[in-house]
Amino acid sequence: MFDINYTFHWNQAFRALPQMLDGALITLQIAVLSMIIGIVLGVALAVAKEARLAPLRWFAVTWIEVARNTPALFQVYMIYFGIPAVLQLVAGAFGINFRAMGINIFYLDSYWAVLVGIAFNNAGYLAETFRGGLRAVPPTQTRAARSLGFGAFAAFRLIVLPQMFRAVFHPMTNQMVWAILMTSIGIFVGLNTDLTGVTQELNARTFRTFEFFALAAAIYYVIAKIVTGGARLIAWRLFRY
Amino acid sequence: MLGTSVTWGDITFMMTGAGLTLAITFWAMLGGTLAGVVFGLIRAQSPWYVNYSMGTVLDVLRSVPLLIQFILFNSFQSILGWGMNPFVVGCVVLAAYTSAFCTEIVRGGILAVPITTRRAARSLGMNYWQDMTYIVLPLGTRVMLPSWIGLTLGVMKDTALVYAIGVIELLRSSQIIITRKPHEALVILAIAGLIYFLVSFPVSRLGAHLEKKWREND
Repeated sequence: MFDINYTFHWNQAFRALPQMLDGALITLQIAVLSMIIGIVLGVALAVAKEARLAPLRWFAVTWIEVARNTPALFQVYMIYFGIPAVLQLVAGAFGINFRAMGINIFYLDSYWAVLVGIAFNNAGYLAETFRGGLRAVPPTQTRAARSLGFGAFAAFRLIVLPQMFRAVFHPMTNQMVWAILMTSIGIFVGLNTDLTGVTQELNARTFRTFEFFALAAAIYYVIAKIVTGGARLIAWRLFRY
Repeated sequence: MLGTSVTWGDITFMMTGAGLTLAITFWAMLGGTLAGVVFGLIRAQSPWYVNYSMGTVLDVLRSVPLLIQFILFNSFQSILGWGMNPFVVGCVVLAAYTSAFCTEIVRGGILAVPITTRRAARSLGMNYWQDMTYIVLPLGTRVMLPSWIGLTLGVMKDTALVYAIGVIELLRSSQIIITRKPHEALVILAIAGLIYFLVSFPVSRLGAHLEKKWREND
């Protein structure tokens, strides 16, 4: 059962460590950018879901439910294959032929597809988290702020939001780790600069699948631990009374 | 169909893929839940050194991308010459991944039952297993079931990643059709997304409903 007819070549993997760490930087970059976009859109969606205007509500509900009920890989595919297809349809409807003009808008770079796809996913999940957080802020806080002369927007931005972020900081940290792990699906749309992509390229060149991916797994683990540890430190600095 | 070149044959092909998605979800949830219940029971009542070391191992499963776990285990089993088929590899890895999450759910459920309630049960003469089945299980289920439903849906969505080791599940099958009919990418993907949504959405509503209903009873 355990007779291994295989020699491990860990040296090869360790020699490629600098390359893989460069990939890890891209992974982190995608995750951070998608989180920033996700937080901004997530707050907007959480507010829109409670809006008085029905179409706004429907838009938010559709976004949130699609993001939460389909695989992240599907969402990235939808962006990667879908956006160029929609552009083509729209351009066709207006009788514009970009291809004849020599402009290639029908191809989306895989980096952007992954970034937009994960940002879409993050926004949907975070919106639900934020909605729970907004509910945890007592309405008396808003009323007190308004009676002190705050405008509606100022009261939301300066009084409600900071308290909401305190309540949802831990789930947000989890979402950040999720975002990092999710970037690995970039490999399915041909992203070859992030950690998984770089590892796959090295693997294709050497066929040392186990060694390279084990090292990649270790790097992902360390990144995830640094992020959760860092978040704990930030929470301790920011949220103590 | 629908004024496109997507044929019924393509739809049937995708439905076969959807069946495989559900099959992998089923086996992964079965294995993962059984292991998770055992691990959760151990974690909820063992000394700190067992708890801590177990937590670390399970934490690794949650902090490494599932995609990499699939690839790693697949290459590992071929190094050992086990020759497992990709479907089994997918189920095993996903079950291990599920068990890591299920352990936390079970542990949380057990710890959510007030210790005073359990002591009351014991002082009424119940033994450990009676306490577990008549007191902890019914009270803990209220905490556990909504999260467990959420976990099931998460696992179903994660099956999309078995693509990496060559199992032709729903998303892979739509990808294959797209390769053949690139101009229909949007329609094919929309169908795949709709299938995921139609399975996932009602179940997630049920989970939310149960969570709300049970909270009102408290």
